[in-house]
Amino acid sequence: MDAGKLRADFPIFEQEVRGKPLAYLDSAVSAHKPRQVLDKLRTFYETSYANVHRGVYTLSELATAEYESARDKVARFVNAPESRELIFTHGATESINLVAYAWGLDNLGPGDVVLVTELEHHSNFVPWQYIAKRTGAAFKAIPLDNHGELRLDTLDEIAGSGNVKVVANNLVSNALGTINPVERLAAWAHQQGAIMVVDAAQAAPHHAIDVQQLDCDFLAFSAHKMCGPTSVGALWGRAELLEAMAPFNLGGHMIRSVKLEETTWGQLPYKFEAGTQPIAEAVGFGAAVDYLNDVGLDAIEEHERELLVYALERMADVPGLVAYGPAPERRAGIVSFNLDTVHPHDVAQILDMEGVAIRAGHHCCQPLMAKLGVAATNRASFYLYTIPDEIDRLVTGLHKAHKLLS
Amino acid sequence: MSEFDQMYREVILDHYKNPRGHGEIEDADAQAEGQNPLCGDEVSIFVAFGEDGDTIDEVKFSGRGCAISQAATSMLTEMVKGRSAAEVATLPRDELLEEIGIPLTPVRLKCALLGLSTLKLALHKAKGTPLPEEWAGASSDLELR
Repeated sequence: MDAGKLRADFPIFEQEVRGKPLAYLDSAVSAHKPRQVLDKLRTFYETSYANVHRGVYTLSELATAEYESARDKVARFVNAPESRELIFTHGATESINLVAYAWGLDNLGPGDVVLVTELEHHSNFVPWQYIAKRTGAAFKAIPLDNHGELRLDTLDEIAGSGNVKVVANNLVSNALGTINPVERLAAWAHQQGAIMVVDAAQAAPHHAIDVQQLDCDFLAFSAHKMCGPTSVGALWGRAELLEAMAPFNLGGHMIRSVKLEETTWGQLPYKFEAGTQPIAEAVGFGAAVDYLNDVGLDAIEEHERELLVYALERMADVPGLVAYGPAPERRAGIVSFNLDTVHPHDVAQILDMEGVAIRAGHHCCQPLMAKLGVAATNRASFYLYTIPDEIDRLVTGLHKAHKLLS
Repeated sequence: MSEFDQMYREVILDHYKNPRGHGEIEDADAQAEGQNPLCGDEVSIFVAFGEDGDTIDEVKFSGRGCAISQAATSMLTEMVKGRSAAEVATLPRDELLEEIGIPLTPVRLKCALLGLSTLKLALHKAKGTPLPEEWAGASSDLELR
């Protein structure tokens, strides 16, 4: 895999930021889009666009075929047994909310335990906290040790505290890059009679996913972190669970029949796709999946690991730098760090002046930040188009920030 | 002067590294906490009034924040001493921004104004002065909007 060559697929890198070439080290929050995806969006709108599943006319049939072909691609991407188990949503957040509401409201109650982890993004934390409160279930989080690792030794104690019904965990932590032991947690969840909900928003762009191997029950991810368009994502769920669930959004297209007395629901996946979907975005999602498959997920992961090792080595020379997160072999291409007492906003601002984009903040992980004893961290994250020169420029900027503000 | 030098100009760095009014006031006459939800920063503001019970005698602040928010709050404590509660409650934000004197993006504006809006909240709670617009719709000590 040649990142320098792939970079030419991404028009964003043709521009300069503050008179310098863009060094984009914030792919964990959202990835840039290759021409292949952008061209697909344009071509689709120009040649095949209409609302899907509505018309009998040719254009609607064309659009429907493109939309359903994208579903097949995204379903295959996570090795879903059936495409009808793959629901298009507006993103991982909506996917998780769908499960929390549609499954949670009917299946949780007093005496039950909803279990998340202290490492979750707010999107896999807040919906569960809220639904637990609504249903009277207890809300608990698997604690972290001081290195940011899940303390699986606490599971027995948690199992003794009530009837564990949901275990929700991210496959890759967006804040630390930790690759979590989801397979192990899924097996444990099933022993408890719980469902396993996996937030794969941060994993899907970087790491080959197989829902059958993970043996989870639901898996949520977003296109925009995978070189795809914004506002579209997916929820994969086991057909038998999805079929037994009440709908989430109600309205057009998700019904079988509507009468004044009663409405019955449509089949999977349409039961969960009310209203006009992000059609072109879903088609673009399919193109993004094609692009990632062409490059190869294993090659992407290996490239990011090489960058991670290089970055950690170079950053170790920056005075006062504290890096968080596990060893590179158990981590995606994310480096979360602080520079002495220098506030991450200042670090990010100084780097921006060098044309280097990193993230500064709590990364929607305030429980984790509390555990680390900080309000915020800096985060540099890598993707298939990241080159070592960007890391060199990051390190130069960090030396500058240290000199100015420490 | 480059944009970089402007942003972290000497006066900002001086206030950041040697903040005026840093600390807490025990038994403060007015007090409030503010948060910036973007970065999780928190600031606490403490006010002591003079004998007339209205003139600001002392302002102190504690908490964590970036150079811009810390320097802006430090400057603010110098700026409001000796002024009446009512005057500070309606202090135009531009007066503080002029003092800071650096170009700020909308995101950094929130950093720069966190101290001022929290001070106004403290005065509102103690004196019933108007709630600053940043707090409109906030139920109590909620996040800065």
